[in-house]
Amino acid sequence: MLCKRIIACLDCRNGQVVKGVNFEGLRNAGDPAELANRYNREGIDELVILDVTATLERRRALAETIRAVARELFIPLAVGGGIRTQDDAAAAVDAGADKVSLNTAALSHPELITTLANRYGSQAVLVAIDAKLEAGRYAVYARSGQTSASRDAVEWAREAGDRGAGEILLTSIDRDGTKSGFDCEMTSAVSQAVSIPVIASGGAGGLADFLEVFTSGAADAALAASIFHYSETGVAALKRYLRDNGIPVRL
Amino acid sequence: MIALIDYRAGNLTSVRKALAEVGADVYTPASPVELAHARGIIVPGVGHFAATGALDRTWMETIRTAVAAGRPLLGICLGMQWLYEGSEEAPDLPGLGLLAGSCHRLPASTGLKVPHVGWNRLDRLREASIVNGVGDGAHVYFTHSYVAPVTDDTIAAAAHGETFAAIVQRGHVAGVQFHPEKSGDVGLQILRNFLELATSAREV
Repeated sequence: MLCKRIIACLDCRNGQVVKGVNFEGLRNAGDPAELANRYNREGIDELVILDVTATLERRRALAETIRAVARELFIPLAVGGGIRTQDDAAAAVDAGADKVSLNTAALSHPELITTLANRYGSQAVLVAIDAKLEAGRYAVYARSGQTSASRDAVEWAREAGDRGAGEILLTSIDRDGTKSGFDCEMTSAVSQAVSIPVIASGGAGGLADFLEVFTSGAADAALAASIFHYSETGVAALKRYLRDNGIPVRL
Repeated sequence: MIALIDYRAGNLTSVRKALAEVGADVYTPASPVELAHARGIIVPGVGHFAATGALDRTWMETIRTAVAAGRPLLGICLGMQWLYEGSEEAPDLPGLGLLAGSCHRLPASTGLKVPHVGWNRLDRLREASIVNGVGDGAHVYFTHSYVAPVTDDTIAAAAHGETFAAIVQRGHVAGVQFHPEKSGDVGLQILRNFLELATSAREV
């Protein structure tokens, strides 16, 4: 039986993990490779590097981060944040990313999804959708949640799949950073509308949030960033909890 | 030397990295004639079965000849599907035909998502050198929509709506439907086993 995946997100700037990290116990605070290795030992199923570097040097810094993280890891690695062109994607893939995540670029140039799917295979193309409930529908936002894309999340997810995306990474803008639980209604609406896997993101706070998003949220995978740094929600403990509650996981 | 065949079906960075990790000396032959140096051959690949069309008749004949001479062959994902007679994904394109049967799409009717993406369990059906040191019930990382049927060559099966071949081995021809380069220690062990097969193989 296919396992539900637990994915850890590393928010990186200039090669350092920047968001929500309890660095205690890490030899080199903020080092993405060290954190990635710790997660791997704890049984994480997949990693996402989200690059928030804002400088001109960003592509080179990102490639170095990817190489450092990928060096000793033999699990899937996705990279997102500022991937706008085929060249950006190629740089990430050549450095060791198995998947690239498109967000704003996919909205403004949806043909990029198909171009990358043809070049690397659909399994390598993740479309990230940031959305929130507005007037009874799930409104998509671009540019890190800053700009309305005037799109409906369910309809956009379906189109992304039709254009060749291999997975959808769905983030609830309202829940992101709140630790109040995933938006299970939105996740379920999108997951049931598409045939490709949906990764739920935004709002992970405790063990029960994951159980809920895998059951009522119909998520195929769940992603979180900061909470995995705290020992009370370690990856291994989370997976044991899910298994004990009837969710198939890799242990 | 292990020949890793690059026929432009996906990026090989991760496969190269995993092979380096297990100590394999890898090269990418630019043409079939360069297969003469290979102790073992790996055909990786992701994407549409049509991509295997890049491995034309000369490639196929050279690979068959190498296998007949005792060289071990490992197909990964699409590369494993290519070992069979063909696939309904590209019905006019023959596979290598070293394994009996042909590949078909996972059924959509089960309510399960296709493609099958993520970690799934291996159910051991029989013993073979390719699974030395791999426990029954180990998890590996899959991403595919088409599958090969369970036959006498199937060493381990996995299930997603239906049961399909996850690991196959017939003599020194082996295949894995999942990605050993993305399957943690279990995947590395399988690559190590193939390497062992290649280094111990004798010319026929």
